[in-house]
Amino acid sequence: MTGNISQAILERDLDSLPQLKGSVLEGRGLRSRIYTGITWLLAILAAFPLFSVLYMLIAKGGARINWETLTELPPSAFEVGGGIGPAIVGTGVMVGIGAAISIPIGILAAIYLAEIDPHAKLAQIARFLAKVLTGFPSILAGVFVYASLVVAMKSYSAWAGGIALAVLMLPTVILTAEEALKQVPQKMKDAAYGMGCTRAQVISKVTLPTGMPGVITGVLLAVAGAAGESAPLLFTALFSTYYINGWEGLSEPTSSLSILIYNFSGMPYDNQIELAWTASLVLVLIILLFNILARVLGRQKF
Amino acid sequence: MNATSEALSSQAAAWSVDPKDRVMDCRLQKIFYGDFLAVRNSIVPIEKNKITGFIGPSGCGKSTVLRSLNRMNDLIPIFRFEGSVTYHGQDIYDKSIDPVLVRRYIGMVFQQPNPFSMSIYDNVAFGLRLNRFKGDMDERVEKALRSAALWTEVKDKLKNSGLSLSGGQQQRLCIARAVATEPDVLLMDEPCSALDPIATRQVEELMLELKENYSVALVTHNMQQATRVADTTAFFSVDISQGGRTGYLVEMGETRQVFEDPQAQLTKEYVSGEFS
Repeated sequence: MTGNISQAILERDLDSLPQLKGSVLEGRGLRSRIYTGITWLLAILAAFPLFSVLYMLIAKGGARINWETLTELPPSAFEVGGGIGPAIVGTGVMVGIGAAISIPIGILAAIYLAEIDPHAKLAQIARFLAKVLTGFPSILAGVFVYASLVVAMKSYSAWAGGIALAVLMLPTVILTAEEALKQVPQKMKDAAYGMGCTRAQVISKVTLPTGMPGVITGVLLAVAGAAGESAPLLFTALFSTYYINGWEGLSEPTSSLSILIYNFSGMPYDNQIELAWTASLVLVLIILLFNILARVLGRQKF
Repeated sequence: MNATSEALSSQAAAWSVDPKDRVMDCRLQKIFYGDFLAVRNSIVPIEKNKITGFIGPSGCGKSTVLRSLNRMNDLIPIFRFEGSVTYHGQDIYDKSIDPVLVRRYIGMVFQQPNPFSMSIYDNVAFGLRLNRFKGDMDERVEKALRSAALWTEVKDKLKNSGLSLSGGQQQRLCIARAVATEPDVLLMDEPCSALDPIATRQVEELMLELKENYSVALVTHNMQQATRVADTTAFFSVDISQGGRTGYLVEMGETRQVFEDPQAQLTKEYVSGEFS
């Protein structure tokens, strides 16, 4: 049939009406459907691990999600009950310290890379190093901070943990913020210069606000990534069974969700193992929350 | 420089404006981009409360000349200007002049509509806030939008994005943004080239109204547009005689004279459509 159609087209045979009805089971139509089916299947396959992990966490950890678990201190060996309160606070505080360090440095570095002098030697080196740092084994960030800070302070601490997380967040913040700022069209910047803006004003009044949704997305993804890190905290914050106690507490060993999961999952007690599952679920929910926030806040307002 | 171009330059210089009617006086000798000589020997006065049109074939340097009137070309690192542009008795290329301040008095409307990704209101208020305007902001924004013939279309959606408007509306928004700070001179670089005929007509009518209060320099690719709106027309051409592509002013005069009684052969050929 296809042969006849092309023949009619070739011969400009205006008398024979064009045959436009395709058949599902024939040639191209069939192949197209098969390929579409394969992509469907692979898409489902790709989502399968995430959903099975989520299902398992909810099934095994969901039962213990309650106020007691979220606030109380972790139990000791044969104790029943207890919770993961200090670990949630510890993770929050250390991610907060990491964010407080990496966000300003990262955004300023991104402004330099995207706006001030994108082609300078320094910019090229910095960009290359940031890219290398994104693939940096996270445990090395922990070892680095251990050698430089923990040894000097003679104590594991939330500060050290936060700084180790900052080292890991920094490249993500720099590179995503740079990309977001580069997306701001040159014609908008020209308009700002044409209004009589200095370069600083162009950056602060036009480039940054316009690129802000993208910058926020990058920052929140970096935060979400850092919240789940365990290796850098092993050598820096270690672990604790108590809440951080005021400002001085930041200089002492600090609990975190990821290390709690690691510790408790290896214990021979059902209570601790159950809490490890719950802590995993809480950690995943926190990360999910930041990802959703990144999507919501990353939307262009205008 | 050869004899022909010498003659052409003197022809261009022959047309002069009474100094008191001149808001700007551009006497450029050479404009370079790196080693490339882009424009040479052109004297272009901008008259007060008139529209000065710049016409000429592609690559003749008309946009380059326009953008050197508010030092926008300074943003291109390899740009170099020789000559002077006098504005209220000051050479804006003098070392003591801050190009940022120049641009606050000499506003610009670009070829592509380029509103900021902010609300319509904030777009217009941008320049006022930049200059720390203390006064009735709402009133000034309304005034600017009215003078850009956009007020009735946007008065109920001032909080909407400037980017949500149509192309023609965006360009009028850019004009409103430029006139909100009440600059002295408005430079318009082919402001209608991205617009459809209806939007073009609206912007042209707007230009004719704006010249009551502003002095306008307009680059246009469209000769009909020059005849419709420009009081004075400057015709630029490209000199390829020395291997380069250097633009220069061929002839300048009242628009009617340039189109109906051109003095230079090149102008005659260009306005009659023999080359473009």
